[in-house]
Amino acid sequence: MERVLGGNLIGKVDDADIYLEYRINEELVLEEGTVKKASRHVSQGAGVRAQSGTRTGYAHTDEISIKNLEEAARQARAIADRSATSGTLALATRGRPHDLYTLAEPPIVTDLARKLELLRRIDAETRATDPRIKQVIASITSEEVIMLIATASGWTVGDIRPLTRLNVTAIAEEGGKREIGSYGGGGRVTFDFFLEEGRWRRFAAEAARQAALKLGAVDAPAGAMTVVFGPGWPGILLHEAIGHGLEGDFNRKGTSAFAGRMGQKVASELVTVVDDGTIPNRRGSLNVDDEGTPTGRTVLIENGILTGYMQDRLNARLMGMKPTGNGRRESYAYPPMPRMTNTFMLAGEDDPGEILRSVKHGLYAVTFGGGQVDITNGKFVFSASEAYLVEDGRVTAPVKGATLIGNGPEALTRVSRVGRDLKLDEGVGTCGKDGQSVPVGVGLPTIRIDGITVGGTAV
Amino acid sequence: MNTDLLVSVLKRASQRGATAADGYLVEESHFSASVRMGEIETINHSREQRLSLRVFAGRASAAASTSDLSRESLERVVDEATALAKVTAEDPHAGLPEPSALIERVPDLDLADTGGDLSPEEKIEIARRAEAAALESDPRVTNSEGAEYFDRQARYAYATSHGFVHGYATTSFGISVAPIASRNGEMQRDYWYSTARKRAALEDPAAVGRRAAARALRRLGARKMKSVEVPVVFDPETAASLVRSIAGAASGPSLYRRASFLLDRLGTKIASPTVTIVDDALIPSALGSRPFDGEGLATGRTVLVRDGVLESYLLDTYSARKLGLQSTHHAGRDGSGVSVTTTNLMLLPGKTSPEELIGSVKNGFYVTELIGFGVNGVTGDYSRGAVGQWIENGQLAYPVEEVTVAGNLLAMLSAIDGVGNDLVLRDRTVAPTVRIGRMVVAGT
Repeated sequence: MERVLGGNLIGKVDDADIYLEYRINEELVLEEGTVKKASRHVSQGAGVRAQSGTRTGYAHTDEISIKNLEEAARQARAIADRSATSGTLALATRGRPHDLYTLAEPPIVTDLARKLELLRRIDAETRATDPRIKQVIASITSEEVIMLIATASGWTVGDIRPLTRLNVTAIAEEGGKREIGSYGGGGRVTFDFFLEEGRWRRFAAEAARQAALKLGAVDAPAGAMTVVFGPGWPGILLHEAIGHGLEGDFNRKGTSAFAGRMGQKVASELVTVVDDGTIPNRRGSLNVDDEGTPTGRTVLIENGILTGYMQDRLNARLMGMKPTGNGRRESYAYPPMPRMTNTFMLAGEDDPGEILRSVKHGLYAVTFGGGQVDITNGKFVFSASEAYLVEDGRVTAPVKGATLIGNGPEALTRVSRVGRDLKLDEGVGTCGKDGQSVPVGVGLPTIRIDGITVGGTAV
Repeated sequence: MNTDLLVSVLKRASQRGATAADGYLVEESHFSASVRMGEIETINHSREQRLSLRVFAGRASAAASTSDLSRESLERVVDEATALAKVTAEDPHAGLPEPSALIERVPDLDLADTGGDLSPEEKIEIARRAEAAALESDPRVTNSEGAEYFDRQARYAYATSHGFVHGYATTSFGISVAPIASRNGEMQRDYWYSTARKRAALEDPAAVGRRAAARALRRLGARKMKSVEVPVVFDPETAASLVRSIAGAASGPSLYRRASFLLDRLGTKIASPTVTIVDDALIPSALGSRPFDGEGLATGRTVLVRDGVLESYLLDTYSARKLGLQSTHHAGRDGSGVSVTTTNLMLLPGKTSPEELIGSVKNGFYVTELIGFGVNGVTGDYSRGAVGQWIENGQLAYPVEEVTVAGNLLAMLSAIDGVGNDLVLRDRTVAPTVRIGRMVVAGT
């Protein structure tokens, strides 16, 4: 490490680090009652980064040798040498890494036979739920990432990150109609997590129930209306509507719809949103981020007021703020950037049933697919995959999937009710930014938003 | 390229009890430079290699891959994959293609630039020129997410335990710019790009920048709309995404899983007679071209939809056997095994100009950007966020945002009543401007 980063960096760069990573990934997929796909992938590599001012030089190699690392460091440094620097080396925020996911048996080492047996049981269970289920696809993915980071300021820290996910997809058929339902979960947990508390049975039943339910779905409405979001995964609303817009890089560059709005009201006073990377065993949690900064709990919005951005070291330094432990990267092949961990809204005081009863005409959205946001104009979308009409306070017909579209800085100002039933998602989220994917979590209590556009076909 | 390595890996798999195996080796080097507000932001260099392996134990199979090509690592990967194959279930359709079907002579598709490399400074300058042109084109272009230049050299080799070994090399180059236009506190970002197999085929960086700026500027003053059912015109970029959805539903794995709205529709009418969709792997120097697929089968030209009739699915060997059909030689290879991929996928042009298509609409929506993932491949139900221009009396009248367009893909395909003459093969999947008779635009 010393030799690669070398003393000759000092005075030439503002920050530098080496990131080493070893990753094993295993995927088991069951289809048509048999395990069809079994694969195992190994990748390892190193990324060397040098920064001066706003410039980043990054080089990576998948052959970890001193010769390659020195070459990578030379390439990364070349850019720094071209630019004037502040002359002082950034001090990495030191601090104790957390211990959030030490496991008795990491999921990657669990016996294959146990995983295959569970997949077979899931297949049988899902089909037994409903005779209309004609196809089941179940998968277990397990991963272990071992990372080590050394910064030019002398801070070296490592982390071992287990991760696993169980997913069940069911296809229901009836009278020539076909529909799909999907459910799953996981986290930085052992394989036994799926066996505990009836979890795998619940995942299987949920996938089957969703598929069968949608066979009878009516066209979704089109236009702006009151929408009640169920607890848990619908928290993807926060991820898209405000999360990305509060990442440090977009705000430093002034390209976010939230830029320059710190201290201003951006949501109803019922709304408090945090990003918390320190929750034990969660999919979005990390002991340290991918720059070696221990993760934390950042209050993004407090009682409706914008209070915090999520930062990596580069953007924190340039904005005169503190890194918040949100510097993340997909792998050694990419430099880190500010990313979310687990993003959720704190619970309010309302009874969830009462929130639904308060709606005269609207939509109750319980499960969502993916979402996307245009950071600059703040417009965000996400797709409801399980939703119902609400008529006179009663939940009635299920509707077909529809995209919901809104404006980030405005949508949360219309939150009129917040339930007391905060739930974190089951552990399925993956966030994409600039071509880099990282695991994340979201959470939400039942909330009511007065006026969001539902993209159905029933005008 | 080290094809000996690939051959020795397959040999070891046989020694470990595999009855057949195939392997894919990719070596690539990559350079990218991004510039923002005239300053260098990130320079990224990389060199990567990955070996992926598929082994069969009778009719059971497993896949493995590694970026660590050291001898010990490769031995471990082979052993693990072979062990995995022994625990997965027998599948009567699993297996390599018949050796006699493999390509014999690999055509030269001219996929690699043989010109000299540029210095990092020259590459940075390309990105700088592209961004500068965007920033200078109008005083309302006040900020930028930056501009990027990239180049990539890749070599691919494929081998089977039957003794097949072939390879080819490609290059690709790209420029992209994402400027931000602002007025009265409103900010709008858009982008434009150029990408090509040969550096000389890239568009002029300044032209890319100006186009990006014009796209951002035309979004200023965007309005929301009342929900309405009107004709919708998709520009070539957004029309290409419709073609991608059709290809996804026509791909073997979606079909044998019964998770496709095109199931049981081969030979039937799925679109208006104006629609012909072709996948052509053999266009010289094109971005999607490749001489053979991920299983060593010769690629060609497949007519997916002819005059509205679904003529072919997109199949690899496994999905073809499952469906009782022949592979269409669309096997793709990635880290996690074999999939189905398209090559140069095109909705063929019609005779109408885009101006005439827009001009034919009295009151409707011209879509220039789609966001979100609201396409259900099982039912064809479609609902996506959209940005564009409102059409009034055949003219683009004003920008529109925060709306969705929704329908069902099969109904949308049948309702296509105009296909433009403006097809340009500028990416892997392309389409001309397309007019759909009626769709629901949801707004306030």
